[in-house]
Amino acid sequence: MTQITQMNTNKKYLWRYCIINKKKDNKMKKVLTIILLTIVMLNGQTPSAETILKKIDENMISKNQIMTSSMIIHGRRVSRTIRSKSWSIGDTKNFTEYLSPAREKGTKMLKLDDKLWIYTPSTDRIIKISGHMLRQSVMGSDLSYEDMMESSDLTDSYDAKVIGSEEIDGKQCWIINLVGKTDDLVYHQRKIWVDMKLYVPLREELFAKSGKLLKRMELKNIVNIDGRWYPTKMIFKDVLKNGEGTEFVIDEIKFDQNIPKYKFSKAGLKR
Amino acid sequence: MIKFLLKGLIRDRHRSLFPILSISIGVTLTVLLQSWITGYLGDIIDYNARFSTGHVKVITKAKYDNSQQMANDLAIVGTNKLTENLDEEFPEITWIKRIRFAGLLDIPDENGETKTQGPVIGWGVNMLSKKNSDIERMNIRKSLQDGKLPTKRGEILISDELAEKLKVGVGDDATFLGSTMYGSMAMQNFVISGTVHFGSMVLDKGAIIVDFNDAQTALNMENATSEILGYLPSGDYDNEIAHNYADRFNKKYSNSEDEFSPIMITLSEQNGLDAMLEYVSSFIGIIIFVFVLAMSIVLWNTGLIGGLRRYGEVGLRLAIGENKGTVYRRMIYESVLIGIFGSLIGTMIGLGFAYLLQTKGIDLSSMMQNNSMMMPTVVKAKITSTTFFIGFIPGLFSTIVGTMLAGIGIYKRETAQLFRELDV
Repeated sequence: MTQITQMNTNKKYLWRYCIINKKKDNKMKKVLTIILLTIVMLNGQTPSAETILKKIDENMISKNQIMTSSMIIHGRRVSRTIRSKSWSIGDTKNFTEYLSPAREKGTKMLKLDDKLWIYTPSTDRIIKISGHMLRQSVMGSDLSYEDMMESSDLTDSYDAKVIGSEEIDGKQCWIINLVGKTDDLVYHQRKIWVDMKLYVPLREELFAKSGKLLKRMELKNIVNIDGRWYPTKMIFKDVLKNGEGTEFVIDEIKFDQNIPKYKFSKAGLKR
Repeated sequence: MIKFLLKGLIRDRHRSLFPILSISIGVTLTVLLQSWITGYLGDIIDYNARFSTGHVKVITKAKYDNSQQMANDLAIVGTNKLTENLDEEFPEITWIKRIRFAGLLDIPDENGETKTQGPVIGWGVNMLSKKNSDIERMNIRKSLQDGKLPTKRGEILISDELAEKLKVGVGDDATFLGSTMYGSMAMQNFVISGTVHFGSMVLDKGAIIVDFNDAQTALNMENATSEILGYLPSGDYDNEIAHNYADRFNKKYSNSEDEFSPIMITLSEQNGLDAMLEYVSSFIGIIIFVFVLAMSIVLWNTGLIGGLRRYGEVGLRLAIGENKGTVYRRMIYESVLIGIFGSLIGTMIGLGFAYLLQTKGIDLSSMMQNNSMMMPTVVKAKITSTTFFIGFIPGLFSTIVGTMLAGIGIYKRETAQLFRELDV
């Protein structure tokens, strides 16, 4: 009798054990299915880094543009606002004229491909900026002339890869990691946070080859101008430099305008 | 007794010649090294004081924390009032305002476009005002190679090597390109009035010298300066006096909370010169110690050899009843005389070489092509009062120690065995 009771109890336990295991198996299967489905869905949804970069260019790069902007430089001692107007064609030609303050008024800069010239009315000279001067800051800001000279076609110089996603100011972003293909780049590595909806970069971090963070850029106040989503405020911070960084505010921007050819000539600097 | 010992030394040259020779050589080297180190390191300190550090220097606290930065964004502002205060509170010190800057010198072609350009280090110094002119202090007049000193605003001097590199000469136009105190682009036209050669690689590679007011205008430094240098009334740097002035100033003006408050620092606190000043004193001490040690070993050996040679003589003297202590002392007295002679000869020879090095110097410019320190390219010795007696310390000390060590054997001689030894 005792043996029968014992057997029954064992069966009951065995039965229970089997049921629990079956339930566990089902759970595991469900979890695995969800993970697999998520991976499949994510893979299906995540565009390649090249595609994202191409879409950014399509949104932001126009045939040409004319922009009036204010650069607010928060130095260690004082904050200064420098206003300028620039004319540009793609990222190869740019002409900038400084409008204020009085000391900078009339200073002009011309960028043609990888060459840069500067003109000041006080010297009435056109001087080519080269060598170590390119590493100098532009008007005391957190931007260097080298930053201005960089090509926007990142896929040429970098291997790009989407490494994740993150939310910035309530906007879902792809994080793209770019690693330099060659050693002669100003920044060996870059990380760009791109708005998933608008394909506008919202943050960028620039690194040295050692992995040290050199500069950080935040892009804000994204507005639709002539069908393009464009950030009208950018905050640059050279992390190696003291100070509160540099704000770059676009006061006015016009795309696809008629720009006279002389603007992009050295003669235009003296006009 | 001295006369007796002298006669003994002169008549028995084996006793004196080799020790005197060794001491003379060692003393010559000591004198030469002392004068060379004093001269060369002294020149480095003097160069730094004249061109860079002053005997004391007033800068902002932020600039002190970033002393390697040449940019003027950390310059002192409100300097007119500050120099007035300095003149009132420290009237015995000569106060000089200077602006140091870096940038490019751009040479135009006939169309006004860049022909050549090169990096430069600039000095904005007082050249046009007669009061506190830096022309003599920085030896500018004597360094002039071509042209003339600036006589009006807008004229600059450039180093002859830079002129050669940029293919420019006196009367040519040049544009300075750099950063203002606020970081904006600074561009200023100048006319080259002359070329200079300072004999220091750092300066001769790419120096430009502009008038202080021109530098202020070009770099947007109205009522501001990079640094205020102070020179002690004696003209020579004194670490203790300089520190006293710095302490007095810092107590009154320096504010640890404000990174732009002025701070006074001494020469020894700049450009690693504290280590150099310590190096000068400790190096001479090390030379003397090493020399004493080495020469003592040499003279110990010489004494031992002499002791063996004079084995019979010492034995006889002990046998006829001379006290062991007396023999030992007389040998030490002899060594004192040898030491004095050797040191005298060595000092004279050393002084001769030192004088040659002091007047002629050795040109080491070819070895200093990439040198970034502010130092003269011609190495010169300097004869000081110490040079005259420094050699006597190791000269006398090593001889006495050597003899004392070698002479210990005298006490080990057994009187009972002396006659047996003498028979042999």
